[in-house]
Amino acid sequence: MTDRKYRVLVAKPGLDGHDRGAKVVAAALRDAGFEVIYTGLHQTPEQIVSTAVQEDVDVVALSILSGAHMTLFPKVLDLLEEEGLDDVLVTGGGIIPEDDIEKLEQRGVGKLFGPGTDTSEAVDYIRTWCEEHRGDGAGRE
Amino acid sequence: MSTVEQEAEPEAAADEAEGAPEREALEEEVRRKRRELAELERELEEWDEEYDDVPKRDANFTSVSGREVQPLHTPLDLEEADFDYREDLGFPGEYPFTRGPYRSMYRTKLWTMRQFSGFATAEETNERYKYLLDQGQTGLSVAFDFPTLMGYDSDSGRAEGEVGKVGVAISSLADMETLFDGIPLDEVSVSMTINGPAMMLYCFLLAAAEKQGVPHEEVRGTIQNDVLKEFMAQHAWIFPPEPALKIVADTFEWSSRNAPKFHPISISGYHIREAGATAAQELAYTLKNGFTYVEKGLERGLDVDDFAPRLSFFWDVHNDFFEEIAKFRAARRIWARHMREEYGAEDPRSLRLRTHAQTAGVTLTAQQPHNNIVRVAYQAMAAVLGGTQSLHTNAMDETLALPTEETARIALRTQQILAHETGVPNSIDPLAGSYYVESLTDELEQEAEEIFEEIDQIGGVVEGIRSGYFQQQIADSSRRHQQEVESGERTIVGVNDFQVEEDTSIDILKIGEDAGRTQERRLAELRERRDDARVREALDRLREAAEEDENLMPPTLEAVRAYATLGELRQTLEDVYGRFQEPVGF
Repeated sequence: MTDRKYRVLVAKPGLDGHDRGAKVVAAALRDAGFEVIYTGLHQTPEQIVSTAVQEDVDVVALSILSGAHMTLFPKVLDLLEEEGLDDVLVTGGGIIPEDDIEKLEQRGVGKLFGPGTDTSEAVDYIRTWCEEHRGDGAGRE
Repeated sequence: MSTVEQEAEPEAAADEAEGAPEREALEEEVRRKRRELAELERELEEWDEEYDDVPKRDANFTSVSGREVQPLHTPLDLEEADFDYREDLGFPGEYPFTRGPYRSMYRTKLWTMRQFSGFATAEETNERYKYLLDQGQTGLSVAFDFPTLMGYDSDSGRAEGEVGKVGVAISSLADMETLFDGIPLDEVSVSMTINGPAMMLYCFLLAAAEKQGVPHEEVRGTIQNDVLKEFMAQHAWIFPPEPALKIVADTFEWSSRNAPKFHPISISGYHIREAGATAAQELAYTLKNGFTYVEKGLERGLDVDDFAPRLSFFWDVHNDFFEEIAKFRAARRIWARHMREEYGAEDPRSLRLRTHAQTAGVTLTAQQPHNNIVRVAYQAMAAVLGGTQSLHTNAMDETLALPTEETARIALRTQQILAHETGVPNSIDPLAGSYYVESLTDELEQEAEEIFEEIDQIGGVVEGIRSGYFQQQIADSSRRHQQEVESGERTIVGVNDFQVEEDTSIDILKIGEDAGRTQERRLAELRERRDDARVREALDRLREAAEEDENLMPPTLEAVRAYATLGELRQTLEDVYGRFQEPVGF
């Protein structure tokens, strides 16, 4: 476990076909030394959680530009909890209005990033979270 | 220059004795022109030297696509490119259509102001359409929600949380009837952004027209129906490429015989560009997709001039003003040349590329959203200088949500100001002959030809999609752009420079879950009301037609008339054709 890289699942839930942002963030995380698993498009919350379990990830990062975030984020959280993965960070980005961000954060979702965010900001956030929650030797470059 | 040289060729003179004085005059003319150019070249060198000594701003002098832009263009650039007015430009409405598809362009008819719109249910969108038509909009353009785009009914498990969010939910003919209630389908042309299930929605529209008493041959409009770019960039696919292309060819064949005023495809660069492609990639991938559809039509045994006149295009209008104008012009020239020389088209209507355009959604910023009005206005002007036939201008809040009534109106007014106040539409292709614009047009054409060759080398468009070639190229370009922005090499006003501290957020339109509940109730009522036996029979007939490789338009239309739902039509065909599996990568 000591030389294991932090593992991040970048996922596209729902029917949303916009993957430009997800791919850019996935590449930035990989370049920053993370182990990145990208699901591809049109994933159900069940598929995403099943991948999260199989891949034993530390972080699930959802990209949603379809307006379905109030349905999809809570669903992924619930399913992760059912699988006993309530210590996994669920974060993400897309087109999500401010007041929805507040509601989702109260629900247990981590930081959410909007349009125009530097990838370094998201990368730094995920790295800091991992260092704080995944402790010692796990996954630094 | 090339024309002058040809005329000066010695063997060109048939009658040596009689032509001699004339030829002498010509040769003198050529010598004079060469002297002038040589002189110009010397002067340019001097200018260059002095220019080099002048300090320059610390700025990025490349185009949005990363193209190096020279500080100055002169007649020497045209000379180097063997520029020939007749061969490279011609007159508007004439081969190779560089200057425009029509002879009189905006002096006869302004471009169609066609705002893409749709949200929640058919009723609410119908109201918005009537409002837009009332405000002087001249055509409709339907935005569907994700379940509809993917061929799912609003009450499918896969539609949860998505109904009516990014567009209007249409699950059956009944919804389509409501959508166009009180809007005559023989007068208002309707463009529908629909691809994977395009044939189904086309049949919904045709059947809704029947209900209004409008015959198929009078229905005007467009379905996007460009499945190839779905695989490359937009991703609202259903079936694998081969059956998807078969269905596209079915719509060509059926339309050429039954709906002559309808455009069965809008070959789209928009989504390819929005996903991250450069201008040259957008141009080349889109045109190559167009040629692929032409080949499918020919394989079907159709005469090229029977269906090519109904093919239409759709470009993105990005930030780089001149590069975008050149892209529109290059596209027309490339299409005309290939259609005539490679595919043997003779009808001028097969050769002239007509296009819709939309300002680039990807250039809008969430920061200081009012600035987006200005971006959109410049982009709209580029589209009109490029000679577009119709245009959507984005609303300033579209990076945050669907537009409100107010922001949608400003977007439309942006076009009306351009049309009626700026004078831009008065002269046809006014930038023709500009040393810069002609050089760019030429460069883009050459780059597109190089990309065509590359695509041929990897086995064509379908093979490139299967292997993920296009997807990777686009992702690479997108990443390069992102890195330029993050390093500060490329300035985005309000994002990485000129930021402000104060809150510049605005009120936005929010779509709740009501649309989903309404749709669920409506679908339940529909399933109750309709003749199930007739639906089942029609779906069986559709399955059989797919298995027998018949044209699927007639059986789909029949099933639609029986109120078969979108999801049922999708499932029936998916059982025969299977589903596309994306090559995943980043």
